[in-house]
Amino acid sequence: MHDLNGPSSGPEAVAGPDPVIELEDVEKVFDVRRKTGWMRRERHQVRAVDGITFSVPRGEIVGYIGPNGAGKSTTIKMLTGILNPSAGRIRVDGIDPARERTRLARRIGVVFGQRTTLWWDLPLRDSYELVRRMYRIPDAAYTRNLDACVELLDLGPLLEVPVRQLSLGQRMRGDIAAALLHDPEVLYLDEPTIGLDVVSKSRVRGFLRDFNAERGTTILLTTHDLTDIESLCRRVMVIDHGRVMYDGGLGGLHDTGESERTLVADFARELPPVELPGARLVSADGPRQSFAFPAGASAAPLVAELAAKHPLVDLSIREPAIEEVIARMYGAS
Amino acid sequence: MAEARADARGGVRTGLPGQRAGGPGGAPGGYGPGWDRPDSSVRRAREAVRAYVLIVRMWVRSTMAYRTSFVLTALGNFAATGLDFATILLMFSHIHRLGGFTLPEVAFLYGACSTSFGLADLVMGSMDRLGRRVRDGTLDTLLLRPVPVLAQVAADRFALRRIGRITQGVLVFGWSLPRVDVHWTTVNVLIVPMMLLSGGVIFSTVFVVGGAFQFWAQDASEVQNSVTYGGATMLQYPPGIFARDLVRGVTFVVPLAFVNWLPALRVLGEPDPLGLPGWLDFASPAVAAVCCVLAAAAWRAGLRTYRSTGS
Repeated sequence: MHDLNGPSSGPEAVAGPDPVIELEDVEKVFDVRRKTGWMRRERHQVRAVDGITFSVPRGEIVGYIGPNGAGKSTTIKMLTGILNPSAGRIRVDGIDPARERTRLARRIGVVFGQRTTLWWDLPLRDSYELVRRMYRIPDAAYTRNLDACVELLDLGPLLEVPVRQLSLGQRMRGDIAAALLHDPEVLYLDEPTIGLDVVSKSRVRGFLRDFNAERGTTILLTTHDLTDIESLCRRVMVIDHGRVMYDGGLGGLHDTGESERTLVADFARELPPVELPGARLVSADGPRQSFAFPAGASAAPLVAELAAKHPLVDLSIREPAIEEVIARMYGAS
Repeated sequence: MAEARADARGGVRTGLPGQRAGGPGGAPGGYGPGWDRPDSSVRRAREAVRAYVLIVRMWVRSTMAYRTSFVLTALGNFAATGLDFATILLMFSHIHRLGGFTLPEVAFLYGACSTSFGLADLVMGSMDRLGRRVRDGTLDTLLLRPVPVLAQVAADRFALRRIGRITQGVLVFGWSLPRVDVHWTTVNVLIVPMMLLSGGVIFSTVFVVGGAFQFWAQDASEVQNSVTYGGATMLQYPPGIFARDLVRGVTFVVPLAFVNWLPALRVLGEPDPLGLPGWLDFASPAVAAVCCVLAAAAWRAGLRTYRSTGS
C-alpha cells in the first residue's frame, strides 16, 4: 500500500504533461440570508470553496473526500458547469465550464449516487436510447459502448425491464452505463456505492477499474466509503472547510496524520507491563501486549529490543486504519 | 500502459466525429447574455425544440405504461374544464345577455381562450415544477445535459391528459362559430387563427416568466397559477363585466387581453370598454413576440442567478 505513494503523487507534485482537470485558486462564496425577525434579514457570506488549486492528469482516478459540507459537491458542481466560481480559473478538457456548459456536457459523464437519471417507468434500454439521441452518439460508438457496458456490468437481462423494478445495485450499474455511452473524457462519481450491498459495491469498483484501464477515462470520485478509495484510487485529496488538506498517495496520508502503527507481541507467559523505548504500551491482555509507535518509524529496533529482553513467542504489526487517519485529520482542521 | 491507453483513446475519438466540432473554438470575451450559446440562436432554438420533442416522447411513453389511468385522467380533465362552460350555460338559463354578450358570443370568447390556454398548458404547463426541482436539487441533472435547460424543464413530466382542456375548448369554439352574428370578411377569418396562436404564445411566455421567477422564490408557483389559470378564467367572460381597472391591468401589466379580448371584440363588432385605438386589435402577434423576448431575458437571468447561488 505504501509503495503507491510514488514520487509523482506527492502534495507538491506537478501534474503530468496532459492535465485534463485544472483548478487555480478557485473560490465559491455564497450569500446566505437568514431571517432574524419579522421582515428582517441578516446577510453573511459563506466560503464553501476557499482557494482550491489542483490538477488531474488524463487517465487518473482521484478520490475526493471530506466530511459533509466540506465543499466537495460545490467543487464538482463548478467542474461540471452547474455553478459559476466566484473567483479563480477552471479548465476541464480545455473548456471553461462556466462559459461553455453545454459543450462541456458532451465530454463529461456524471453519476450522482443518490439520484438516478434513468426513466422510472420505461425499460432500461429506452433511457439509453434517449441518451443516444440527446448526445447525438454515432451508431458505431453507441453499439460498441453499450455492448461493453452490458457485458462488464452484466446488464443484459435488465435491458427490457422497467427501471422501477430494478434493485438499487442494478440501477446504479444502469446509471453508470448511461453516463459512459457518449465516451466522456472525465467521469464524476458522487458516492457511487452509497446504499449498495457488499457484492454490488465490489462489482461497481471492479467495473470502474477495468474501464479506466481500458479507455483511460479520468475519474474523480467522492465517497464516504474509504474502501472505494483504497481499491480504486492512487491519489486521494482530502478537503475540509473549502481547502485541500491533503493531496497525494493513499500511503502518504499516514505520514501526515500523525498516525501510529501497532505492534502486538505475544509473550511466553504473562509479564508485567514492558517498557519499550520509542513506543508506548496501549494494552496488556494476559500474555499479549500492544504498543503504538509512529507510522513513520521503523519497527525493526523495537522488535529486536523485545526479542532480546523478553520471551517472545509471536508478533505482528497492524497498519493504522485509514478511517482513523482521516478522522484525525478532520479533527485537527 | 500509457501506450495502450493512447490506443484506446484514439479508437474512442475516431468513433465520434462532430463532437469536437461543436461550438466555436473559444468563448467570446465577457459574459454577455448569450455566452452559453453553442452557435447561432436559430440553431439553438432548433436544438431546444428537438430536445423538447425527445423528452416529451419519453413522457408520453411513460404515461402509456398506465393506459387506463391516462384515459381516466384525460376524461377527468375534459370534464373538469367543461364545468366552467356548464356554469356559463347555467347563467344563460336565467339571463339573455352577459356584459352585453349573447351566449354564442360568450362561447366564442370562452372557446378561444380555452383553446389558447390549453395549448400553452399542454406545451409549457410543467414550468411550475421548476421550484420543486430547485429545492430538491434535481435541476442539477438537467444542467449536465448538452441541450437547453428551458426545453428540458418545459418537457418535464409532460402531461398528455391536458389534451382534455384543448378538446373541450375546440368543441365550444366550433359550436359558437356558426352561431355568432359575424360578417365573415377575410380580415375576420384571418383574425381567428392569429388570435388562437398568439394567445397560446402569450400564455406560454407567462408560464416561462412564472418558471423563471421560481429561481428566486421556489414556492411561487401559486402566484404563477393565479396569473395563468386565473387569467384564463377571466378571459372566458366578456371584459364588460369586470371593473375597468382590472381590465386595464390585464391589458397592460400582464398582456392577457391580447389573447382574445381585443381581437375577439373586433370580430364580434363589440365596443372596447377601454376605448383603445382600433389597430391594437391586430397587435396580438407583435405582443406575443415582445413577450417571447421578455420571457427569454427573465429565464436567462433566473438561470444565471441559480448558477451563482446554487439554490
